[in-house]
Amino acid sequence: MEPAFSEDQLVIRDLARRIADEKIRPSAAELDEKEEFPSEILEVLRQSDLFAVPIPEQYGGLGMGLTETCIVIEELARACAGVAVTYAAGFLGSVALVMFGSEEQRSAYLPRMAHGELCAFALTEAGAGSDAAGIATQATRDGDYYILNGTKQWITNGGEAALYTVVALTDRSRGARGASTFLVEDGTPGFTFGKKEKKMGIRASATRELVLQDCRIPKQNLLGREGHGYLIALKTLDRARPGVAAQAVGICENAVDLAVEYARTRRQFGQPISSFQAIQHMLADMATQTEAAKSLLYQTTRYIDSGAQEYSKEAAMCKLFASDVAMKVTTDAVQVFGGYGYMRDYPVEKLMRDAKITQIYEGTNQIQRNVIGSALIKESAKKGKRG
Amino acid sequence: MPYNVVVCVKQVPDTTDVRIDPETKTLVREGVPSIVNPFDTYALEEGIRIREKAGGKVTVLSMGPPQAVEALKECLAVGADEAVLLSDRAFAGSDTLATAYALSLAIKKIGASVVLCGKQAWDGDTAQVGPGVAEELDIPHATYVRKITLDGETAVVERLIEGGYEKVELALPALFTVVKEINEPRLPSLRGKLRAKSAKIPVWDPKDIDADTARLGLLGSPTEVVRVFSPEVRSKGEVRQLPAREAAVYLLSKLEGAIR
Repeated sequence: MEPAFSEDQLVIRDLARRIADEKIRPSAAELDEKEEFPSEILEVLRQSDLFAVPIPEQYGGLGMGLTETCIVIEELARACAGVAVTYAAGFLGSVALVMFGSEEQRSAYLPRMAHGELCAFALTEAGAGSDAAGIATQATRDGDYYILNGTKQWITNGGEAALYTVVALTDRSRGARGASTFLVEDGTPGFTFGKKEKKMGIRASATRELVLQDCRIPKQNLLGREGHGYLIALKTLDRARPGVAAQAVGICENAVDLAVEYARTRRQFGQPISSFQAIQHMLADMATQTEAAKSLLYQTTRYIDSGAQEYSKEAAMCKLFASDVAMKVTTDAVQVFGGYGYMRDYPVEKLMRDAKITQIYEGTNQIQRNVIGSALIKESAKKGKRG
Repeated sequence: MPYNVVVCVKQVPDTTDVRIDPETKTLVREGVPSIVNPFDTYALEEGIRIREKAGGKVTVLSMGPPQAVEALKECLAVGADEAVLLSDRAFAGSDTLATAYALSLAIKKIGASVVLCGKQAWDGDTAQVGPGVAEELDIPHATYVRKITLDGETAVVERLIEGGYEKVELALPALFTVVKEINEPRLPSLRGKLRAKSAKIPVWDPKDIDADTARLGLLGSPTEVVRVFSPEVRSKGEVRQLPAREAAVYLLSKLEGAIR
């Protein structure tokens, strides 16, 4: 089922799909095998203006919404989730700047992002995963500068991005309320990268440690105000989470297409396995769950694009649901392929590996349930007061 | 120096499996999605590269039914500056001669120092319109071009010939038909697509190009299609896997059998 996309949205979808089919799909298996960063593909995305989609028009972008951004992510993920996450993480890295940046900061960096320079978002540390408030990276004010010290872990686009949104503590004694967000440019003295991580899936994407050692950045690179870092991080994640759902939906659609096609051609007991009800029912469930995830995704992005102020719950719901569906649908796709599905010569085991991360990053699905649960309780308490 | 480039494009059905109406002996277009003739996309890419390098303007030109504006919009999305469509009942049924005549008049009106075409259309496959246009314009042309180097008023091109290529120097204005070896066409950009969506493309009729209607359409088309047929399917060759020496002996005996 096609969501009721506008004409412009269909133009975006068709172009993203064409790029995915012509430029990404043919090399997806190789990028995965070699764990190769997709520089050439990103150049195509750049020239096609796809990076300009979420950037406001006054900064050289196309000024489009979350729906359009997710359409791009979904289409890229149909061909390769590793490429899709590279694009999506760039979006994630730019969200805080778009939402909270000063006029000066936006006009300094956003035109570069619209032109395709990558961003990255750096919150996670070795001791601060789901417990994001447990970060240890410090930012100390020194005249017109902040001096950053600490190590960020598992940063998507690490080493490839031009600009990093880094969360660090400006006041250790205040815990989460002592966190602040900074813009750190690639090439800043004292800012280096750890080794490229070896991952289970999304292997075309680059994941590295960021090492900040007496890294001096000008004080005007503080995003928002001191002490607002944790809040900015949460708002950023709320806005970016549907992007993970879009990756998951793209992976699902690919899995369903491949499984149906395989079932039609694979013969056992003298007939195509698609003639067996056992297989048909699996395919039916896979397709139905995918449609449901897609509907929730675009229902959520439309709600956010309509100007909703508070959408933590909705963003968490679509990320949670779509990623759980992706894990199930890709696992079933491997099952439909049987022994062949388990072989790396066939495309579906990659989908299963790629799907797994969508249940983990940008907040594990357990954290998503926490977000949804606490929002429900808050909403109910509000109603109670009114009643 | 800047060049005014005109790229001739044709809208064709998106399939290599073209069906032919046995009655009218023309292509069956119903139910087949249309695209820009793939060979023409190389011509467009080359035109855009010339503009990017030397400056100037790229105009895409097509002749066809009203829906051919879609093909021209696709070219605008990829990076052409302007587009013109020749469309009128009087053009319908034109063969390669009449088409070349009409296109050449439009090119005169637009003004061009370089005219680019694909080596052939992948539905008709005649490869005649490009050279025909050059003859009508009375300008030099080179076919099957895989490289173009422009230097002021002259062009040096490499054209594919059997077993190699030849280098040809031509005076501009000139026309080139290009092969796919010449470049790798870019994809359209999103900005280009959104701009092209609302673009108004001028549609010219025979009066707009001062054409002699006796030289257009069926009237101006001396080509007569006598018979159209699908080539007979030949039986598959014989495949044998043998060691080289045995294979040679076997082949020799077969050949000897054939001439006996």
